[in-house]
Amino acid sequence: MATLNSNIPAGPLASKWESYKFNTKLINPANKRKYKIIVVGAGLAGSSASATLAELGYEVHNFVFHDSPRRAHSVAAQGGINAAKNYQNDGDSVHRLFYDTIKGGDFRAREANVHRLAEVSVNIIDQCAAQGVPFAREYGGLLDNRSFGGAQVSRTFYARGQTGQQLLLGAYSALNKMIGAGAVKSYTHSEMLDLVVVEGHAKGIVVRNLQTGAITKHNADAVVLATGGYGNVYNLSTYARGANVTASWRAYKRGACFGNPCYTQIHPTCIPVSGDYQSKLTLMSESLRNDGRVWAPKKKEDCKKAPKDIEEGDRDYYLERMYSAFGNLAPRDIASRAAKTVCDEGRGVGETGLGVYLDFSAAIERLGEGKVRERYGNLFAMYHEITNEDAYKTPMRIYPAVHYTMGGLWVDYNLMSNVPGLFVLGEANFSDHGANRLGASALMQGLSDGYFVLPATISGYLASQNPGKRPATDKAEFKQAEENVEALTNQLLGNKGKRTPASFHKALGTLMWDYCGMARTKAGLERGIKLISELREEYWKNVMVSGEGNEWNQSLENAGRIGDFIELGELMCRDALHREESCGGHFREEYQYTPDDPETKQGIVNPGDVKRRDDAFAYVAGWEYAGSPAKAPILNKEPLVYEEVHMSTRSYK
Amino acid sequence: MKVKLKVWRQKSRNTPGEFRTYESPGLNENMSFLEMLDVVNEDIANRGEDPIAFDHDCREGICGTCSCVINGKPHGPHKGVATCQTYMRSFRDGDTIVVEPWRAAAFPIIKDLVVDRSAFDRIQHAGGFISVRTGAAPDANSIPVSKENSDLAMDAAQCIGCGACVAACKNASAMLFVAAKVSHLGLLPQGQPERYKRVKAMVAQMDTEGFGSCTVTGSCEAVCPKEISLDFIARMNRDYGLALLKGEPKKIAGGVAG
Ligand code: FES
Repeated sequence: MATLNSNIPAGPLASKWESYKFNTKLINPANKRKYKIIVVGAGLAGSSASATLAELGYEVHNFVFHDSPRRAHSVAAQGGINAAKNYQNDGDSVHRLFYDTIKGGDFRAREANVHRLAEVSVNIIDQCAAQGVPFAREYGGLLDNRSFGGAQVSRTFYARGQTGQQLLLGAYSALNKMIGAGAVKSYTHSEMLDLVVVEGHAKGIVVRNLQTGAITKHNADAVVLATGGYGNVYNLSTYARGANVTASWRAYKRGACFGNPCYTQIHPTCIPVSGDYQSKLTLMSESLRNDGRVWAPKKKEDCKKAPKDIEEGDRDYYLERMYSAFGNLAPRDIASRAAKTVCDEGRGVGETGLGVYLDFSAAIERLGEGKVRERYGNLFAMYHEITNEDAYKTPMRIYPAVHYTMGGLWVDYNLMSNVPGLFVLGEANFSDHGANRLGASALMQGLSDGYFVLPATISGYLASQNPGKRPATDKAEFKQAEENVEALTNQLLGNKGKRTPASFHKALGTLMWDYCGMARTKAGLERGIKLISELREEYWKNVMVSGEGNEWNQSLENAGRIGDFIELGELMCRDALHREESCGGHFREEYQYTPDDPETKQGIVNPGDVKRRDDAFAYVAGWEYAGSPAKAPILNKEPLVYEEVHMSTRSYK
Repeated sequence: MKVKLKVWRQKSRNTPGEFRTYESPGLNENMSFLEMLDVVNEDIANRGEDPIAFDHDCREGICGTCSCVINGKPHGPHKGVATCQTYMRSFRDGDTIVVEPWRAAAFPIIKDLVVDRSAFDRIQHAGGFISVRTGAAPDANSIPVSKENSDLAMDAAQCIGCGACVAACKNASAMLFVAAKVSHLGLLPQGQPERYKRVKAMVAQMDTEGFGSCTVTGSCEAVCPKEISLDFIARMNRDYGLALLKGEPKKIAGGVAG
């Protein structure tokens, strides 16, 4: 059994981080350059961490599977980044951001981590502005803000509808400076395929060069994974096609625990699925819910009518009706589930009946088309390209889609996994968003982890390691990991199967969406586990990979990643099955509020809202690999001890 | 609908390539161009042949990875979109579509439609940044930026680094790309201290990488998925000229004079 010690520092919540930084061990500048750190990934977390660690004087090696460190999917985040600056003087504070985030996560995040995140948020905006991130500004030259779901203040900073891109380019520029200075060595088209653990500590990785197929070993004093989320396990998602779980999964197989894998975010405002050829889903930014009103026809008969032919009185603005305090800005999990409910009732719109309207006519009337165009022009254009419809004239059709994963490798307060020396940042870790992430918080967390948290916490670990004494790559553990990667590659290439990796991915995606999607049940999850394990067995017998190992081979790349997704899918179902409660994005049909519950009668919640069971499930599930994909993994628990916040019933009414 | 594809196939950098023709299976006009390639590739793979290698990732026009020349035009028929945002409804049933990689000496082919654009990264390493140490930044609102300049900087900063500008240019010049970065940073107060040093360093690296020179034909602007304006090239030329006039900073004891 692994031990999951959160290592939360003592003291009052609001001063933990300050006193931690004061008490942590420092490394003198002359010694810093003797430590080599591997960072895998170059999204917001990976780039910001690589740049900052190099500024501090460490020798940094950064690995990405992309052709350039500027491509990671952080680049696609549209809406914005939260920070408790209170520039709007509307009552925001670090405490309010902290509370909104922990409540938004349905009281399943680690309290101390979330508070630190809220504290650090203000520094991120300063850092990015100084780097030249062109945030939106008011005419006076000061920074502008907008509102996002789950908050009643305007604390979101943005750069048109391309905030993620601009923040990533900022972090990439910081990284460029350090690459140019020779302080970071950048490896592109380099995919991590194994973690090397020596005497229980993470001390290196094995990498395949995607251009040449060369497999190489790299040692380090510490390994940092910033490799993003795993939503592509569903095949269809808003993720980039290349996003994958492989780095995290291989680390899991080397002993790192996987935290809360079933916590998935289904984003409410995506363009609905149109056909089975589809390769990805496209998000329409949550910022649209600032001015757009979500509705569905009240009557089933109206669903096939053109929206303009449906009378005002026959429209159900269901979010405004059900969650009057937050209305269209209800958190994502709630808005998504409400859309599903409406469609399940037969009131969905569009060809498939899986869609609701997001309507801007009121905003256009109030603000004028020009203002709406200025705020959301690029999103309307994107919608038009994909659907061939003009959202200035007719409402958008939207439906929920997989967008983010709150689960990830388990880390302690230092962002270190249970394998010493292995740190995990950004979406790849589990810690800050609980069971549901609020909008504009992913960018905040990625940059907080990379610019500010890890650079402060990693020294505590490194100080316990002798400088200049990292194991060499000729050690047996490195050889074994290299052989493991070669064997897997050869197995995939030598397998004379009949089914393409993509067809397995589609099959897996369907199973995951049906049994581990927006609504989950015991029977469904049990069935999912059975079917996925059968799919896994078929995979290794019947997958067909073309080409050779020593060349650019996308079929081989995908095959490796999909094999890992299949195993992960099974783990997600197991986690969802064991968690006999509903919380945030994890909705178990058996655990929901009914009209008879006192909370419903008091008007705190609606019937059908998620029902947590704090007495039994107020913990992080850290799953430990049992040595073979066919063996049931071991469940470890980290109790969620809240020192200041009371775990209450989440209400947005 | 169905289409015929004439695709450039090339096993690796040093092997000769050729066009090969593929018949697509039945398609839906709401498919994206890349989804069409996926479907064709599944077909090819099921026949036991090597699928067409092509670059892609986000499939929403923001990461800059996709890179096909479609019927002679980088990123295909439409203005202001990337290959991944091109839909099959832009083509007609029975069309023959010619698909090629970016062609430029500074972008060597890796395989089929995939090229090596690391030259762009190296230009950025040379100066594509504002030097600010993490943690050393002043309060963000202590540096006001006029909305006009901030908006203009954003226009330039939108560049997705795809390289279509190079692929479209008969000289394979990277001026629009470099100008976008130089202008983005040079328009902001934060970018002033390194403004002239930056432009010189980035232009020098651009030349080293083997990109051609700019003869202002404007083909780059025409294909740019973010519609980045040629004006930024003029702006960069001005900065570059000024940088040359200023010359090397004079060394003085204990520091550097501007
Ligand atoms: S795939 Fe990202 S821009 Fe086309």
